[in-house]
Amino acid sequence: MIGSKVERTEDKKFITGKGRYTADITLHGQSYAFFIRSPHARAKIKKVDIAKALKAPGVVSILTGEDIVKDKIGGLIAGWKIVSKDGTDMKLPAHPPLAHEQVNYVGDHVAVVIAESLEEAKNAAELVTVDYKVLKAVVNTADAMNSENIYDGIDKNLCFDWELGDKAKTDEAFSKADQIVEIKLTNNRLVPNAMEPRASIGDYNSSSDQLTLYTTSQNPHLTRLVISAFNGVHPEHKFRVVAPDVGGGFGSKIYPYAEDVVVAWAAKKIGRPVKWVCERTDSFLSDCHGRDHVTHAKLAVQKDGKVTGLHVDTIANLGGYGSLFATVTPTYLYAPLILGLYDIPTAYCNVKAVFTNTAPVDAYRGAGRPEATYLIERIMDQAARELGMDRAEFRKKNFITKFPHQQCLVHNIDSGDYNAHFNKALELADYKGFAKRKAESAAKGKLRGIGFSTYIEACGIAPSSVVMSIGAGVGLWESAEVRFNATGNISVFTGAHSHGQGHATTFAQIVSDKLGVPMENIDLVHGDTDKGPFGMGTYGSRSLAVGGSAITKACDKIIEKGKKVAAHMLEANPDEIEFKDGEFIVPNSNKKKTIGEIAFACYLPGTYGEIKSPLPEGVEPGLKETAFYDPINFSFPAGSHICEVEVDPDTGETKVVTYSCVDDFGNLINPMIVEGQVHGGLAQGIGQALYENAHYDETGQLVTASYMDYTMPRADNFPEFRIEYTCTPATSNPLGVKGCGEAGAIASPPCVMNAVIDAIGTDVSMPATSEKVWSALKNKTNSEKKVA
Amino acid sequence: MKEVTLEVNGKKVTKQIQDHTLLSTFVRDQLNLTGTHIGCDTSQCGACVVHVDGKSVKSCTLLVADIDGSKVTTIEGLSQNGELHPMQAAFKKHHGLQCGYCTPGMIMSSVDLLQNKKNPSDEEIREWLEGNICRCTGYQNIVAAVKEAAKNS
Repeated sequence: MIGSKVERTEDKKFITGKGRYTADITLHGQSYAFFIRSPHARAKIKKVDIAKALKAPGVVSILTGEDIVKDKIGGLIAGWKIVSKDGTDMKLPAHPPLAHEQVNYVGDHVAVVIAESLEEAKNAAELVTVDYKVLKAVVNTADAMNSENIYDGIDKNLCFDWELGDKAKTDEAFSKADQIVEIKLTNNRLVPNAMEPRASIGDYNSSSDQLTLYTTSQNPHLTRLVISAFNGVHPEHKFRVVAPDVGGGFGSKIYPYAEDVVVAWAAKKIGRPVKWVCERTDSFLSDCHGRDHVTHAKLAVQKDGKVTGLHVDTIANLGGYGSLFATVTPTYLYAPLILGLYDIPTAYCNVKAVFTNTAPVDAYRGAGRPEATYLIERIMDQAARELGMDRAEFRKKNFITKFPHQQCLVHNIDSGDYNAHFNKALELADYKGFAKRKAESAAKGKLRGIGFSTYIEACGIAPSSVVMSIGAGVGLWESAEVRFNATGNISVFTGAHSHGQGHATTFAQIVSDKLGVPMENIDLVHGDTDKGPFGMGTYGSRSLAVGGSAITKACDKIIEKGKKVAAHMLEANPDEIEFKDGEFIVPNSNKKKTIGEIAFACYLPGTYGEIKSPLPEGVEPGLKETAFYDPINFSFPAGSHICEVEVDPDTGETKVVTYSCVDDFGNLINPMIVEGQVHGGLAQGIGQALYENAHYDETGQLVTASYMDYTMPRADNFPEFRIEYTCTPATSNPLGVKGCGEAGAIASPPCVMNAVIDAIGTDVSMPATSEKVWSALKNKTNSEKKVA
Repeated sequence: MKEVTLEVNGKKVTKQIQDHTLLSTFVRDQLNLTGTHIGCDTSQCGACVVHVDGKSVKSCTLLVADIDGSKVTTIEGLSQNGELHPMQAAFKKHHGLQCGYCTPGMIMSSVDLLQNKKNPSDEEIREWLEGNICRCTGYQNIVAAVKEAAKNS
């Protein structure tokens, strides 16, 4: 089954409307929660008056920040400690689930109204009066350090001032460079926009003291751990978190939000189920956003086109608080990747992370790696232009060619063949024919440009010993349990979570091949902390590389035990038993047992008169194995993307007309699913380049807080993507897989922007909207006139 | 409150509704047909598309009070006698869905496209689906699915 385009087993429920998302769940006696959010970006809360609202029809309870303090409910956490270059720990503000002194972004949680119906909750919310003292908001990323301090004790709004790399060596490389290429970039703020808005339902049984939280999570075990250990809502062993069908995440559902904590706590407090479903505008306001970097970078280059050094200064906006993965995203997930897939001997990266009065920023599809790739691929283009070299040749000249390769910053890349996918991409895109197509476009009055982008990711996060040594609050292994039932079919439990990735199919393909059991006899169980072992969830293209490897390891243990049992039943030596295609065989004989027979025997080990127990002495009954897999290294997917755009100079309208990519994801388990992941990533990346932007005005109001104002990519925005692969298997996991979920979103923004800049011959920032492209062209014409 | 009678997925239903009840919340909350999804509050995303009297419509744009007596088909009513509708089968075959959230609306909208145009081009499919947002698939496999369904219808 591995390597086959198997249709997804999970699809039927979704195409017939039988998916069960959190908002679809209705519990007996449930009440409805509505959150009162701050309308101000920065304000002191003087008073929250709920007296009138409490008397409104249908109101069950109204909880505020004062109740959070009274009940000692802990704050939301940032899970990764970053140490500044001066040796001090990062600085974080308190992040209570309901604000009680200060609100720090529009959408910040102030109170929750719980009523018999949603309508009654909303009506009562109108009667809650909050007396604010409005303060001047800090909004702009680049200016944040020069603005008023948002928090006492956090000087210059600086969370940390962190560095990576050898500054002295890099300075030296620049002092010896033939040419220094500079670039200033803004990586625009995005809203992840999973199509399913967040939702949670808390349900408490006071007799058994069991609390259940149904929530839209990519990571239910972590949600339980955090809400239990840090928010202190309920002990972990009596707390169940269920993430049923989840409608997309893209990073925005990795961690618990304030609403999850409040709903769980409120359900316990009022003794009734509490249901909350986010509306889209509230999603825009309160889901964590992505990206938002301002960067100044320099590249040291020799006359012959060899890059000798890279120096990067980045300001990363964290928003109003430090979200769970917020601090690792612009540091360890970003800086080590700024080298791209080039052999650059020295580099230095400084990241200053700032707080502003905007929604918290956290991991969004690619998390750090799109920002890194955008920077290196834009500056490589700029350098080639300044040197007068062909942009493709310049890249090839600097590729890493020997593996394993220890980069000058962090990563040791186990495998790859960068020329292979780049050359294949040049062919797929018909680079040679570009001049002709450009002329054809020109004949139609259009400007055509071609853009290149190559990328490397660090996926399969991650070796626990490595991540914990650099500040992670948890190890990032993954778990699996492969459980044979007595009748020979299999339940596979994984700590990963599927919210569109098709794990039920891909993981079953692996088990089917490993154990020789047909796909239809394998069921994947995930998303429920009461079922299966603790797991670390799905993000960072880790599910297959880490979770799939855990499943592989559990299957190996099953085979190992099966061999012992088969040997006993077949009166052979366990060492000589071979396992193939679901059968345990004694070589050079006709003696064999199917794995189904072994499973049956393991569950019915009794002796019946003449019949002896099939289990050898000392072997436990049952056939079920658990494995925890901790990878030995990250995996390093890489690829080459080439696109062409056409710009209408009269309107600035820019269309991607061709997009070709060749990716090396190592081995592919289900190429159909992989291709779908690439498509989706490309759409989000092209969305970032041309359409999407989360825009706050100077008072901190989110101007783009609906689909009327935030441009989501639509079907007619894209050409048909051309996708091919090369393969160098990963050596860091038994499946040889590298991860594919984020590649498209990582590679495509610089690819498209390099094409746009090639087309219009001047710089423009993301998103390259019609207005911006038109203005850039106009400014270019005006300045050319002045020069003339 | 007002009493309405609709034929939903082939069955007559009579319910008391408020004047401002939207069709999207009605099918979800009163009929428990949760396959119709709500993805936005501005009638932009198309996750809630159903058929009313045979035509696709965003159910969040309709007041139930205004469609008394109409025939409504939701995603749950699309497959007949346990057989997948050709559009449903095509979405599965071509991996036209990932998280599944936009899928019911996307399928209902696509079915209506083929009622209007038998063999739409890629461009016509993409234009028709402009009112349905998908964040997972990048749309390519959805286009392939609609073409396949057109072939099999």
